[in-house]
Amino acid sequence: MTYVRSTFRHPALPKNDLGYTVDYYEGSLSTLCAGCGHDSINAAIVEACWQLNIEPHKVAKLSGIGCSSKSPAYFLSNSHGFNSVHGRMPSVATGANLANRDLIYFGVSGDGDTASIGMGQFVHVVRRNLNMVYLVMNNGCYGLTKGQDSATADAGSKSKAGSVNLFEAIDLASLAIELGATFVGQSFSGDKQQLIPLMKAAMSHQGFAFLNVISPCVTFNNNPGSTKSYDYVREHVEVTGTMDFVPYEKEITTTYEAGDVSDISMHDGSEIRLHKLQKDWDPQDRFSTINAMQRAKQKGEILTGLLYINEDSRDLHSMINTSETPLNALSKDILCPGSEALAKLNASLR
Amino acid sequence: MQETKINDFVVRFANVNGTGSASANALFTKAVFRMGVPVTPKNIFPSNIQGLPTWYEVRVSEKGYLGRREGVDLMIAVNPQSMKKDYADVHAGGYFLYDSSKPLPPGYDRTDITHIGIPLMALCNAEFTDARQRQLFKNIIYIGALSALLDIEFAVLEGQLAEQFKGKEKLIEPNIKALNIGVDYCKENFDCPLDIRVERRDLLGDKILFGGNSACGLGAVYAGATVAAWYPITPSTSVVDAFAKYAAKYRVDADTGKNNYAIVQAEDELAAIGMVMGACWNGARSFTATSGPGVSLMNEFLGLGYFAEVPTVLIDVQRTGPSTGMPTRTQQSDILLAAYASHGDTKHPLLFPASPKECFEMTVDAFDLTERLQTPVIIMTDLDLGMNDHISEPLTWDDSRVYDRGKVLTSEQLDKIYHVVSATNGNGNNAEAQPDQEAEHAGDFLEQFNSKWGRYLDIDDDGIPYRTIAGTNPTRGAFVTRGSSRDEYGVYTEDGAAYQRNVDRLAKKWETAATLVPEPEIRWSADTPVGSKSAVEEADKSVGTPLGVIYFGTSSYAAEEALEFLAADGIHLDAMRARGFPFGESFRDFVDSHERIFVIEQNRDAQFRSLMMIELGVDASKLISVLNYDGMPITADNIYRQIKGSITK
Repeated sequence: MTYVRSTFRHPALPKNDLGYTVDYYEGSLSTLCAGCGHDSINAAIVEACWQLNIEPHKVAKLSGIGCSSKSPAYFLSNSHGFNSVHGRMPSVATGANLANRDLIYFGVSGDGDTASIGMGQFVHVVRRNLNMVYLVMNNGCYGLTKGQDSATADAGSKSKAGSVNLFEAIDLASLAIELGATFVGQSFSGDKQQLIPLMKAAMSHQGFAFLNVISPCVTFNNNPGSTKSYDYVREHVEVTGTMDFVPYEKEITTTYEAGDVSDISMHDGSEIRLHKLQKDWDPQDRFSTINAMQRAKQKGEILTGLLYINEDSRDLHSMINTSETPLNALSKDILCPGSEALAKLNASLR
Repeated sequence: MQETKINDFVVRFANVNGTGSASANALFTKAVFRMGVPVTPKNIFPSNIQGLPTWYEVRVSEKGYLGRREGVDLMIAVNPQSMKKDYADVHAGGYFLYDSSKPLPPGYDRTDITHIGIPLMALCNAEFTDARQRQLFKNIIYIGALSALLDIEFAVLEGQLAEQFKGKEKLIEPNIKALNIGVDYCKENFDCPLDIRVERRDLLGDKILFGGNSACGLGAVYAGATVAAWYPITPSTSVVDAFAKYAAKYRVDADTGKNNYAIVQAEDELAAIGMVMGACWNGARSFTATSGPGVSLMNEFLGLGYFAEVPTVLIDVQRTGPSTGMPTRTQQSDILLAAYASHGDTKHPLLFPASPKECFEMTVDAFDLTERLQTPVIIMTDLDLGMNDHISEPLTWDDSRVYDRGKVLTSEQLDKIYHVVSATNGNGNNAEAQPDQEAEHAGDFLEQFNSKWGRYLDIDDDGIPYRTIAGTNPTRGAFVTRGSSRDEYGVYTEDGAAYQRNVDRLAKKWETAATLVPEPEIRWSADTPVGSKSAVEEADKSVGTPLGVIYFGTSSYAAEEALEFLAADGIHLDAMRARGFPFGESFRDFVDSHERIFVIEQNRDAQFRSLMMIELGVDASKLISVLNYDGMPITADNIYRQIKGSITK
């Protein structure tokens, strides 16, 4: 961790359309280990929000417990955050979102928080297609309790102490797709180029956007033999393609080499321009995505990029038909039936 | 055989679960109610969907006693499975009504009761051909029989059927036919009415017949709750069912057809309360309802809610023990679980309603309290109150009532604290906003912040800080909510002194809570009016009796009846009905001004008594337990026996 942050900012730092420089999107000083993958992800969140011209106070940051879940303090200091209960962030996010559908909900979790103690809530928030970004900072181990294997550690992966994990890993991205998640991306904390557009697309998605980001633990799981170490992940990442996120009303300016380019229109009018490197894979076809992931798994590769997207889905509010006005903004005259209705009700109970 | 008992008897219906008996039996209760006579029904049902024995017990009481009474005067025995026990349960001098389509087996030969055989099945089969109809109308036939036997006005029953089948008028005629079959058979074969019977009175005024769970659900609608999250568990399920029913009636926007509420059936109770906390944290009014096992699962969140100071309304409809305990039987056995739920130094305000009207009012109050105190508030009702209909004063609502949303800062107030001129446009220029030189808020509480808001600053000296809701102000008021490792400004710290300051403030908040929860209702044995402050003061000067009794929730009906029995024996006790926790000043005064106090409660371990000992340091020898924990609602006879036995020992 760093103890001091320089207050110097270059006077010519570029401003986004709202007039904010990128430092406006930063959080408090990280207390994570120096070199922690999570800090790179936090930096990508800051950058993505700045690029997307998001009003920080229109974002709510939610987390469970663990190293990853400390992160919301380290980005967007002008956003409210809730560092809640181990494995229970999805429920808190669900309630918060039901109360006010107008905010962007950014959930941060870890592999212990999601794949073990929080598995129950994770699968159900996927089912409900809650409109949120759910980002797992996945390092395959429990950092705060000194490096025990988590449920995403690969079978055969070696811990710092030399013990070999015996149990099958839970593949969160595959699971999310199986459960009907409507946006699934996978990435690596060291690949900012990929992470930023992926996060921007996730935040623009109307529904549940899941991002599984491999984020090596420099202290407890960066040793030879670990399948979540920087070296291992760098060697085994298989990128599905490059993508660019084009917000609504922006011109598409990125140029691509000739190849397999496809545009995906999002609900809010934004576009994802995808340059695919994988053949026989269509990110709007769940079946082909699952096949591609299984093939990669067989080869010992980690498939990254936007894996699956379904823009025709309905989020929870739409499914349960809640009012367009956020529920927390409805006043008593709308909410309370009043004395006359009660008198009628009394009469019906005699 | 026995003296005539007018409007004073107990009827028990012994049915098979899932045979449609519930609606027929409710018809009977409502008919007595409509004849102006106090009536109390109790469902005694198994954890089963179909097939096991279920009972419905109705007490009719001219004197207005609404608790359960021991002994059965008339058994409607239509379940062969339980008939032997049902037969034995009839009071000497009582009646045993059975289906005489087949003769009674040997052994049913009591001479101290009257046997009333009605060939229910044979009569029904002669008239109806459809199998389901035969099952349902058998029930209606015995209601018809009771109409003749107990002198229940036929027109009242007819009127109820007309209301019940409004829109399905075709069903009225066969139901009335079934009623008449019962009436005719009894008039031909027995001396009607019996010497237990109903006589029309006007004892109920504008009272209503309503269930506690329905009243809680309705209260949540009136309180402006917009988010309900829950997991099904008996006996609390019907709270959310009622919320859903009334919300669908009152909360759908007429123009857009959209719902001004959201209900989520969660994956478990952990998620249910997590959703509630998320919604409350984000400025909505939200609640969940559960029972003991659910409260156990919610413990971790309740602790977070206490330390992180997040409002939450939890309705605990208490029942007996674990899931494979007796989930369909009543108890008041979550007192300590709820009061001290969770890890660390936690305690939670509890409300104890004793009637549907109080279920309604306390649910509304709970939302004000939880937002005022920024801590979870738990409503302690139970199966008896929740799942049975009770005679209750009508519900009232004051249209001028304003929801107390507690200390929530608006965007303007935040700007004012920082002396910022309108920074709410969010155009990114806020950092350059100029201080408001002409601030006109001298003496304003906002000044107390000294230009810097702190989430956990206690500027009012009541232990309650000011909170902000996400999305309020672009540059001010954001913070990260977490347990207790933070300072007054919400900044992360593990400093011991900061922690201690924080939990000491929470203790101060607890003292504030004691002044806000509902006051106990006190009745002095010397005819002073119930509850009033002046009554307390007056009585302090001239304490009439050294003996007191404390009760709460559904023990109240039976306790008050028992007090009358004792008074008839010349034993006078001052009484206090507890309505809230933490215990306030008048509660303590009552305890202090009596030498010995009976504490009536429906659990084995005298949990409420323990709570008094822990919180008030009351000497154990001063508090005498009066307990009932067999899963059935406590009776006056039981309380009378225990208190009388203890006094005359």
